[in-house]
Amino acid sequence: MTTATETIEGFVKSEYKYGFFTDIESDSAPPGLNEDIVQFISTKKNEPEFLLEWRLKAYRHWLKMEEPKWPKVSYPKIDFQKIVYYSAPKRKGDGPKSLDEVDPKLLETYEKLGIPLRERGRLAGVAVDAVFDSVSVATTFKGTLAAKGVIFCSFSEAVHEHPDLIKKYLGSVVPYTDNFYAALNSAVFSDGSFCFIPKGVRCPMELSTYFRINAANTGQFERTLIVAEESSHVSYLEGCTAPMRDENQLHAAVVELVALDNAEIKYSTVQNWYPGDEEGRGGIYNFVTKRGLCKGRKSKISWTQVETGSAITWKYPSVVLQGENSTGEFYSVAVTNNYQQADTGTKMVHVGKNTRSTIISKGISAKHGQNSYRGLVKIQKGATGSRNFSQCDSLLIGNKCGAHTFPYIEVKNTSSSVEHEATTSKIGEDQIFYCNSRGIETQDAVNMIVNGFCKEVFKELPMEFAVEAQKLLGVSLEGSVG
Amino acid sequence: MKQPILEITNLHAGVEGKQILKGVNLRITEGEVHAIMGPNGSGKSTLAAILAGREGYSITEGQIHYYGKDLLEMSPEARAREGVFLAFQYPVEIPGVNTTYFLKAAVNEVRKHNGLSEYDAMEFLNLVKEKMKILHLPEDFLKRPVNAGFSGGEKKRNEIFQMVVLDPKLAILDETDSGLDIDALKVVSAGVNKLKRQDNAQLVITHYQRLLDYIIPDFVHVLFNGEIVRTGGKELALELEERGYDWILKEELQTA
Repeated sequence: MTTATETIEGFVKSEYKYGFFTDIESDSAPPGLNEDIVQFISTKKNEPEFLLEWRLKAYRHWLKMEEPKWPKVSYPKIDFQKIVYYSAPKRKGDGPKSLDEVDPKLLETYEKLGIPLRERGRLAGVAVDAVFDSVSVATTFKGTLAAKGVIFCSFSEAVHEHPDLIKKYLGSVVPYTDNFYAALNSAVFSDGSFCFIPKGVRCPMELSTYFRINAANTGQFERTLIVAEESSHVSYLEGCTAPMRDENQLHAAVVELVALDNAEIKYSTVQNWYPGDEEGRGGIYNFVTKRGLCKGRKSKISWTQVETGSAITWKYPSVVLQGENSTGEFYSVAVTNNYQQADTGTKMVHVGKNTRSTIISKGISAKHGQNSYRGLVKIQKGATGSRNFSQCDSLLIGNKCGAHTFPYIEVKNTSSSVEHEATTSKIGEDQIFYCNSRGIETQDAVNMIVNGFCKEVFKELPMEFAVEAQKLLGVSLEGSVG
Repeated sequence: MKQPILEITNLHAGVEGKQILKGVNLRITEGEVHAIMGPNGSGKSTLAAILAGREGYSITEGQIHYYGKDLLEMSPEARAREGVFLAFQYPVEIPGVNTTYFLKAAVNEVRKHNGLSEYDAMEFLNLVKEKMKILHLPEDFLKRPVNAGFSGGEKKRNEIFQMVVLDPKLAILDETDSGLDIDALKVVSAGVNKLKRQDNAQLVITHYQRLLDYIIPDFVHVLFNGEIVRTGGKELALELEERGYDWILKEELQTA
């Protein structure tokens, strides 16, 4: 006789369908980190002097820092000297001028991932920047966007084409001194995406970056910088996958968002890095710093994340609400299955008057998964009349997993209000049986309950990705019938 | 000639090594309403759970046939799709899943099974609107999550509402009357009576006679200590109401 608990657990056996590896010749730095490597990366990318200086300052600062010990995650010590900090698919000549020059193997890889880069098969209405290991390999719809004055290109390209913008905004939201991984990223970041939406422009399509880690023992350190000028609007989505490997791989990204007066940035993430196997072997360490600055009055930054992958997730997409009447939002679904660990949440720092923030966090744990919500709501003295609403819900599947909530609230004035609600529930065998007795199979029942649990977050995703996210969640939590 | 829907033969079953049912025999034919009565702990709810396919019970002897098929070989969802419905004594809350979505999924599972096209949202709404009136359910009911935050009475009405919508061949009501006031009892009974036809059957499990004032059974069975010790017409229920269960038990002991 199998118990219903075992049956439910049977369903959380996931199969990772993006675990393939592309055999492509790459141009890599030797493993290890020192000033020469930083110099090597900068030279490889033919960077201006200011950037090399900035990298070196970051590196020297990083040397003095220690890895954060406070997250509720455990993993063996990372040997930073064993990581390869730069790996790029080999190019003919100076790099691809057009898609015709991109290695067909790369195009195939993205096609397999469901991200066709070729003109004909492109996702309608979505411009994609594809980042493979350390470099951006292609950006679609550049022409269409340029007509509107929108800049969407790889970070490296932006360094050359728009050095003033980079100089002005790089590190303006996440300084290299911010934290251990942000400092590391600042020293060795290799590529990423850059978006600039000029004043008064509503970006005509979704922008998206698709990150793919391919090479072994390689870390991926990319930076994304999005600047939305006055009264502009942009919706941006990032997706991530990696091959299945027994070793852990490090991904330490930095994302900076800047919204000026009346601008709105909507940043959505569907994170599906390889999570490791059923025994907890392998998987990506996803140690990411994401922060948005609502610099202007009435600006708005909204983070939506669906985190189903990675062995360990450590990320807190945050908003600094500097402009008066600005709004920050954080909507999150984080799934930890098998031996995955997640310590994720947000920081809402209210600086300006009458600022608003909303936090909706949904954690789902199955098998031995450990899921922590960690959030800070800080209302500074000058942020009078500000409001925050936080809701943190946890859903447990089976009885070996864990859910934890660490809310930190600091309010420094008397005219602001903060609300925090939290619940923990469990998919019980009673619920499953109830669905079964109405003709609904266990797998469909689990999906139905999980999707119901997450719907407040899914409705924040752009439509076509909401459907994807629902499917992804289904795949992450399903498997053979126990 | 009427077909038998359910045939239970010499059913012995238990849970965690404890024998609960000790040789139950029951035959239900199309068009019939059966009531099973009995004191607490006699095995009424165990019988209902086994019929619906809940895990955790071991069947040590006997058989159950549903339209001639071996019911015990069927998964709970297969039973539901073939027309078995259990109205739960304690309906389960499913937060986040709205009632329309849930019930539409259930109805479409049955339709798929029967080779029919699935209902879309509009067709489904048209189907349920009428039926909501029968159960006196408020307008917003369909939008609320399944049973979450419902009162005891609302939960029971939701069970009967689901039953009316799913239109089962064999409806099993497990103590649907418990916790209902007299008005709710009337509403629920009206729903059950509305469902009654010559090609289906109902098995009403109850502790008290009062439900049987509104749902008139063709047969009343007394379940005691895991066995059906007496079967009669609706007057047996009245007699039980008047004299309690003790007199049957005494007679049982004498004949034993």
